[in-house]
Amino acid sequence: MKMRGITKSFYGMKANDCVDFDLRGGEVHALLGENGAGKSTLMSVLCGLYHPDEGTIEVEDQRVEFRSPRDAISRGIGIVHQHFMLVPSLTVWENLVLGSKDLPFVVNEDAICERIKDLSQRYGLDVDPSAPIWTLSIGEQQRVAILRMLYHEAKILILDEPTSVLTPQEIEHLFSTIKHMKKEGYGIIFISHKLREVFEISDRITVLRRGKVVGSLNAREATPEMLAEMMVGSSDTGEIPRTKKSPATKGKPILIAEGLVVRNDKGLVAVDGVSFTLREGQIFGIAGVSGNGQGELAEALAGMRRIESGKLYLVTEDVTSASARHMVDLGVKYVPADRKGVGLVPNMNVAENVALRKYWHSPYSKGFFIDWDEVHRHSKSLVESYEILTPGLDVPVRMLSGGNQQKLILARELSDNLRLLVAMQPTWGLDVKATAFVREKLMSARAEGAAVLLISEDLDELLALSDELAVIYRGKIMGILEGPGAGDIERIGLMMAGISSNS
Amino acid sequence: MRIKIEKRFYITKWQETLIISASIVLAFFSGAVVLHFLGVSPLEAYGMMIKGSLSDFYGISETVAKTIPLTMCSLAVALSFTMVVWNIGAEGQFVLGALACTALVRYMDIDNPLIMLAAMGIVASIAGGLWGGFAGFLKAKWNVNEIITTLMMNYIAILLLQYFVYGSWRDPTSLGFPMTPLFPEGARLPQFFGTRIHAGIFFALVLAVLIWVVVRKGVWGYEIRVSGQNPKAADYAGIRSARNVMLVMFISGAIAGLAGMAEMAGLHRRLQPGFAIGYGYTAIIIAWLARLHPVTIIFVSFLFGALFVGGENLQIAMRLPLSSVQILQGLILFFLLGGEFFRNYRISLTFKKR
Amino acid sequence: MELIVPILAAAVRSGTPILYATLGEIITEKSGVLNLGLEGVMLIGAFTGFIVTYDTGSCLYGLMVAFLVGILVNLIHAFLCISLKANQVISGLAMTMFGTGVSSLLGRGYVGETIEGINVLALPGLSSIPLLGPVLFSQDVMVYLSYIMVFVVWFLIFRTKFGLMIRAVGDSPLSAEAAGISVSAVRYIATLLGGGFVSLGGAYMSVVYSHMWVDLMTAGRGWIAVALVIFAIWHPFRAALGSYLFGGVEALQMRIQAGGTTIPAPLLMMLPYILTIAVLVIISISKGKGRFLGAPGALGLPFYREERE
Repeated sequence: MKMRGITKSFYGMKANDCVDFDLRGGEVHALLGENGAGKSTLMSVLCGLYHPDEGTIEVEDQRVEFRSPRDAISRGIGIVHQHFMLVPSLTVWENLVLGSKDLPFVVNEDAICERIKDLSQRYGLDVDPSAPIWTLSIGEQQRVAILRMLYHEAKILILDEPTSVLTPQEIEHLFSTIKHMKKEGYGIIFISHKLREVFEISDRITVLRRGKVVGSLNAREATPEMLAEMMVGSSDTGEIPRTKKSPATKGKPILIAEGLVVRNDKGLVAVDGVSFTLREGQIFGIAGVSGNGQGELAEALAGMRRIESGKLYLVTEDVTSASARHMVDLGVKYVPADRKGVGLVPNMNVAENVALRKYWHSPYSKGFFIDWDEVHRHSKSLVESYEILTPGLDVPVRMLSGGNQQKLILARELSDNLRLLVAMQPTWGLDVKATAFVREKLMSARAEGAAVLLISEDLDELLALSDELAVIYRGKIMGILEGPGAGDIERIGLMMAGISSNS
Repeated sequence: MRIKIEKRFYITKWQETLIISASIVLAFFSGAVVLHFLGVSPLEAYGMMIKGSLSDFYGISETVAKTIPLTMCSLAVALSFTMVVWNIGAEGQFVLGALACTALVRYMDIDNPLIMLAAMGIVASIAGGLWGGFAGFLKAKWNVNEIITTLMMNYIAILLLQYFVYGSWRDPTSLGFPMTPLFPEGARLPQFFGTRIHAGIFFALVLAVLIWVVVRKGVWGYEIRVSGQNPKAADYAGIRSARNVMLVMFISGAIAGLAGMAEMAGLHRRLQPGFAIGYGYTAIIIAWLARLHPVTIIFVSFLFGALFVGGENLQIAMRLPLSSVQILQGLILFFLLGGEFFRNYRISLTFKKR
Repeated sequence: MELIVPILAAAVRSGTPILYATLGEIITEKSGVLNLGLEGVMLIGAFTGFIVTYDTGSCLYGLMVAFLVGILVNLIHAFLCISLKANQVISGLAMTMFGTGVSSLLGRGYVGETIEGINVLALPGLSSIPLLGPVLFSQDVMVYLSYIMVFVVWFLIFRTKFGLMIRAVGDSPLSAEAAGISVSAVRYIATLLGGGFVSLGGAYMSVVYSHMWVDLMTAGRGWIAVALVIFAIWHPFRAALGSYLFGGVEALQMRIQAGGTTIPAPLLMMLPYILTIAVLVIISISKGKGRFLGAPGALGLPFYREERE
């Protein structure tokens, strides 16, 4: 497969700028770049979701033009998107045959399930074909997505950031599956922003930066510094410096959780008897594959979700049934994972978003009215001190970049009366510069004596920043490590998969 | 040649006005086509409409008289739409308000006209408010779809009206016609300049200003705007959405109910079936067209008032049913919806050499 | 016993127009498009069915043309909502207004006129079964067709390739598009097909049920159908149950009125609307907790194909 001169713009901005990329059978070619570099866009072009503004694509030496994903699929291109693209209410087999050209009008379930079981066994991807997607775990869903590619006899397999939702052991398993497929002659495109993984699995590496190809080389000839230089422009490999030092004395306990039980939206228990203590001046990390109760725990601590049983204390005050507003007033701030869906109101402007978590107090509101002048004043100072790039205070925040949106949320949450910060996936989807900014702010909050609860799927981040690290699996804390380091990765991985260090 | 559809980044006021104007012109044009196919001369029909509504003092006064209930119902609807709560029940709440104040007139006699009218207003607002608030309660408590509940309550309200007006409230001296006795002097809102423009116009204007202030600058206004734009962020902000849904539906219903009282006390001065000619539904178009802005609502209400008065003239002069106006309303809405697309997207044609 | 059978039979007849409309809307909503203009489309169907039957003398033509007209009318809604990404709620309301207005205007010359219409055709043998016979099998052809249609729609949605596409497009259009399905095309077909069924429901009322045209004769049945789709949890079998339930209330209410009662007519006529609200409340309470299966995940949301996050 060859892609030549691919250019694609959105809103006048070039997401891909004259990109060349090719793939040979039996190789793993990695597409490396930081968040926002244009990797997903390029692959969306390749799989027919987007039309390129300019450029050509060749498959097996033939010029092709994809008018829709159907064309790409028929040419043997398969993709596992970051968000899987599976229909939740349909079963595994229904998702697999969706869009199949030679599907008869009346669908024959048994024959299809047979074939699925066959493929399952061949590649070690175990799933129940009749299960509805919404009942499957994320790891299982990814297996379904991979099976789908194989079912449609794809020859070119694209994996977009496949490891972000897996435990270290599952990543191993995935890599061995990839090597197996390599031997069978498939061409595999591996998209990632994680240097280490790219090194481990790929034969060739192409680096994208700001939509342009910076360079393309064999994995054997590359070094982490070279790649970092190409990715970001500096040889800082993005490895987080372990500059923190554990405090000599432990801070006073500020948040005590005892046996918390919280249910999710489906009514099932998501947090199953969780206990821990957060201390002032400390970063407490929680590791775990997404979907194991972190979201529900974070919301419970922020007062947004009901704690069914157990107790929560802020120093000595019982806050188990405190509302979100009460928690904010007590100094418990929350940076949610979903920036645009929860943390901000995208259609409202900067000032209105700054007011979101403090409008009920004076001086922002007096009686029945909001003092917008005061809000504007406060917003202006926040924008300046956090260096938020925005055309103005009256611009709807959906026009800000992801990084600036996150800065805005941080600015708002960190700005007054901060005693405890619950931060959920705070650096997800941000480029290197914004990521560093966020991490720095977390560290400075810690230095100023606040407690920080950091929930993240990025193990490196957690290891570098946390003073204590807990691992959550199916709503239970599998273990808590003090002063975690790189040597604990295996143990942590086992805990993430449900194997407790005590068993 | 390829047609490229791109999302717009921004749009100027000039472009917006152009799109809306073009939509309305196209709507009237297609209305003309429809009329032509029905054997009606569109020029004659449109001419009649303008003659009836805008050509003389009487016509304009009638239009203003219609603007009053339209403005109030549109404000009611716009308030709920701000929170993306679909109050389709303004028609029923309007009727309930009229029913309630008529009941007060029938069963109570208060000497002081000011107090009487105030009591009528309060009773009408509460009735309309409860009618709307019930749907709000169902939505808040069990997430019952408010479009359907408010609509069903419209039908129930009309039937309730029939029940009373054909039944125990019928005026014995009315020769069998279903209508209540005329309201006494002390239960009437004054009319001005020898026209049918009544004091309800002050209700409308005051409400418009009130709503503008509350929504733009009020704490509650901010809360319902956040809830409407992003319900999850509203939870994050500690906004009590359930309470706000009920409140917004109550207030929305109350405003529509008050409109019903104004229509009774100011215009008709007696209850009879068929006084509700669809203001509650037209209010939805007006609110949407005016993008929920109270001042714009007043102007758009005037235009639609002209449409109604013109339609009534058509009924008299050319014996076309009032439903013809509904066709025009539907067409206007279709073209406005179509125009929305051009507001959000830009179409460009690219010529590419193969 | 003597009283129940005629009421049940009337319930089936009364519920049939709502059933057609509900089936049509299920198809449309399963694909993710919300069509609130059912009242308008039904009225157009009722009028079209009547006038074609009146002019041509053939009920078959009347019903067929009504079906086609329903498809055409829904094309407006489909174009606005699918291609132009318009707000589906407002478009539906516009369709209601437009349909109501057009049918009123066009129908003004025909109020009170009657047609031969379709009459009861008792099925030999089946109609002699005690209880079920007179209730289910002594009906007209369109009722029998509606029985078949319940199964056809069920089969279409849950056992065919096309149904699979509809369900995928309605639940997760982005995934469907990525799998190679044209979300637009599927939604267009589902919306147009749905419109045909809805219109047919309206035509039933004038051509079969009452043999005449009366202004606004659907009296809110279109809206009741919208509510029934929710009650049916988007499943054809339960749609039949709900429709006949409504038919039952209608029939009961008419019986009570005809039987000479002191309860005033307007109060009795409120029953179907009150029941609609009650039914919605019940279904909303019961589905309160837990995953709600059947509701299309993307219902009412326009789909943007090349939209970047």
